[in-house]
Amino acid sequence: MLNTGQMEEKEKSPLEQQVEENLRRVYRARAEEPVPDRFVELLKQLRAQENGEK
Amino acid sequence: MTLQESVVDPREALVGFIGSMRAFAYSLTRNDAAADDLVQDSLVKAWKNIESFERGTNMQAWLFTILRNTFYSNLRKSRREVEDIDGIMAGKLSEKPRHDGVLAMDEFRRAFVTLPVEQREALSLVGASGFTYEEAADTCGVAVGTIKSRVNRGRAKLVELLDLGAPELGEIGDRVTQGIVNASSPLGIVS
Repeated sequence: MLNTGQMEEKEKSPLEQQVEENLRRVYRARAEEPVPDRFVELLKQLRAQENGEK
Repeated sequence: MTLQESVVDPREALVGFIGSMRAFAYSLTRNDAAADDLVQDSLVKAWKNIESFERGTNMQAWLFTILRNTFYSNLRKSRREVEDIDGIMAGKLSEKPRHDGVLAMDEFRRAFVTLPVEQREALSLVGASGFTYEEAADTCGVAVGTIKSRVNRGRAKLVELLDLGAPELGEIGDRVTQGIVNASSPLGIVS
């Protein structure tokens, strides 16, 4: 009977709402970091390699 | 090659997805260096297999599929390492959250990384990056119902972990009572 059931999707408890908000915040914080140079370089290299092969 | 084809090389768009790929990769690996290595491998694969991307479809979903396939194939090679991380992270969960009604991000991260990987990815896709259940199911190659249940279980576990850490609720025994008395306000926040 302590099984609170996770199925009610509509009525979220304040804690559930905080969980969702935090999910988005943590994720966004990382997604919005500037793209590290290594990836910019990588894409350049891939492009250069391909141009070299042609 | 027409002008249009040369202008819309979909690979030019890859750079715009690196941020979200890093976020998704981190939610899978739980480790910065491993996440960036995973993104790197995935970008190379995406670049080389760009012809398998259908123009006009969701590029993020395509990239995430590549990323998670890469992750799981690497994971099979290093199963033990991952279990070690689980143990370490679970041990760090005892810190109290901030008292201002907003859980500290660190606290949240610590709780999140204790979840099983399939719940982390479901929550990252649906809860954090805004995939529909259908898109997430597609990306993970499972049924929609499976994604829903992973999201629900993951969210319920996070609520449980963070609830346990809330100072107002004290011991676990109290929590049960409090949960019943105070069901609408598990953090003790008076609205």
